[in-house]
Amino acid sequence: MGSSYVILYFLSSVFFILGIKMLSSPVTARRGNLISFSGMVIAIITTLTYVKYDLNSIIFIISGISLGGIIGLVFARKVKMTSMPQMVAIFNGLGGLASSLIAFSEIIKVSNSLEFNIVSISILISVLIGSVTFSGSITGFLKLQSLITGKPILIPLRNYLNLLLLIFIIGLMVTSFFYSGNTLFFYILISACLILGILIVLPIGGADMPVVVALLNSYSGIVAAFTGFIFSNIALIISGSLIGASGLILTKIMTKEMNRSLANVILGGFGATSESIAADTSNKNYKSGSSDDIASLLEFSENIIIVPGYGLAVAQAQHSLKELLDILTNQDKKVIFAIHPVAGRMPGHMNVLLAEANIDYELLLDLDQVNEKFSQTDVSIIIGANDVVNPAAKLDKNSPIYGMPILDVEKSRSIVVIKRSMNVGFAGLDNDIFYNEKTLMFFGDAKDSIDSLTKSFKELN
Amino acid sequence: MNTELYLILILIMAMLLGYELIKKIPPTLHTPLMSGTNAISGIVIIGSILVITSSSNLTVNILGFISLVLSSINVFGGFIVTDRMLEMFKKPKKKGDK
Repeated sequence: MGSSYVILYFLSSVFFILGIKMLSSPVTARRGNLISFSGMVIAIITTLTYVKYDLNSIIFIISGISLGGIIGLVFARKVKMTSMPQMVAIFNGLGGLASSLIAFSEIIKVSNSLEFNIVSISILISVLIGSVTFSGSITGFLKLQSLITGKPILIPLRNYLNLLLLIFIIGLMVTSFFYSGNTLFFYILISACLILGILIVLPIGGADMPVVVALLNSYSGIVAAFTGFIFSNIALIISGSLIGASGLILTKIMTKEMNRSLANVILGGFGATSESIAADTSNKNYKSGSSDDIASLLEFSENIIIVPGYGLAVAQAQHSLKELLDILTNQDKKVIFAIHPVAGRMPGHMNVLLAEANIDYELLLDLDQVNEKFSQTDVSIIIGANDVVNPAAKLDKNSPIYGMPILDVEKSRSIVVIKRSMNVGFAGLDNDIFYNEKTLMFFGDAKDSIDSLTKSFKELN
Repeated sequence: MNTELYLILILIMAMLLGYELIKKIPPTLHTPLMSGTNAISGIVIIGSILVITSSSNLTVNILGFISLVLSSINVFGGFIVTDRMLEMFKKPKKKGDK
């Protein structure tokens, strides 16, 4: 590789770094993504200019990139914004599988006999992490898409089982340096790695899945860096380690927002313990109201805070919410949105959904900004959210969500809760907010409820 | 100094840089951030090209081809979907427009 290639690869990495940096503000973010994409194009073209071709490879490369590009384009265009976590999971899984296949073809190239050196070690680690990323991401995808249950699937002694499997895999890897020429051996290795990925993700509950997706995203960066060591390719090493490290720190930020430790998420058990604390709601009283009651409450309110949650995302109610927002602001009411870091299905997901409905991002306030405003608020409308407004996080030391920062809706003068039923939320917890004397419950699907509320409000005006 | 040591030092620098970069990104943009960085990890597309062009063994070529298709989905799908999300983050021009 000549120095001009190194410079071009370096340039592409600089583009990635600038691109990620520009993601720090909504104003520059889109341009940042375009710059990252240019970095990718530079890296691909640079590679294409120094490799040697024959007719076969030209056909394979052109058809491979076109086919993948078209499939990617179709998926990316069609996916609903609510399904974004699944989309990220599946793209990530494909990237992991690609790395794993690259490593496997390198094993075939050396006729299944590995010498002990940094290239071979990188090949084996790529097989491991790539396969785990693939099978783990696909399991995560199936859970998020509800194709398999989102509840934790708990296999007895699972952590010991996983550890045992990992030791088995490492044993196979070490053996592979002495025991060469056998393809079957590597098939067993890959299968073991794939099973490990599935076993790691199965016990993790649906609510924690975004953390796992972020972690696996980091893995696919790390595996790209190892692929870089196979080919001594600087572009792969820089970008791979950049993404690997950024994925890790993002995972850490996310677990912090959810008041969980990474070990806690990975070792599972959170969703599992909560089942036993099923809420006993029989002897508590709550008030429920009709859309007309709530519309007249809104009529006499000046400052309104809307707290959207997962239920809003599920019901695809973001466009209905925009309509309600418009008629409220037309009546000169001040409406802002309180966005909890883990509202929606992954951090920042709610912002995307509301942006999709053309709601100005400056109306969306995060936890710290909005919490001081609740005391001057006439009514807080909670739509399909539960755990993020649960005072148990502050008061009840035994609560699984104890310590998680929450939105202080209690401080507002009155509270409206739009919810499908009195059933418990993700964490399986009851919420004292529902029984607060300031609270009016409004039962129904988020979208239908908002629509009927909008209708009632229009009739008043 | 040997190449491998160089590469390892570059790896460490890049990791430190990645750590610093992400710390400054607000939670509002965490979803596009995840899908955007995911698209960048599709850089293994380079590896796929190197596999295809480095050997005339048909099995290797086919494996390289499959990984090229998969990583292309990752790259193009990832960047396009991120763009779709970020496009929506523009400020609405008029208030209350339809």
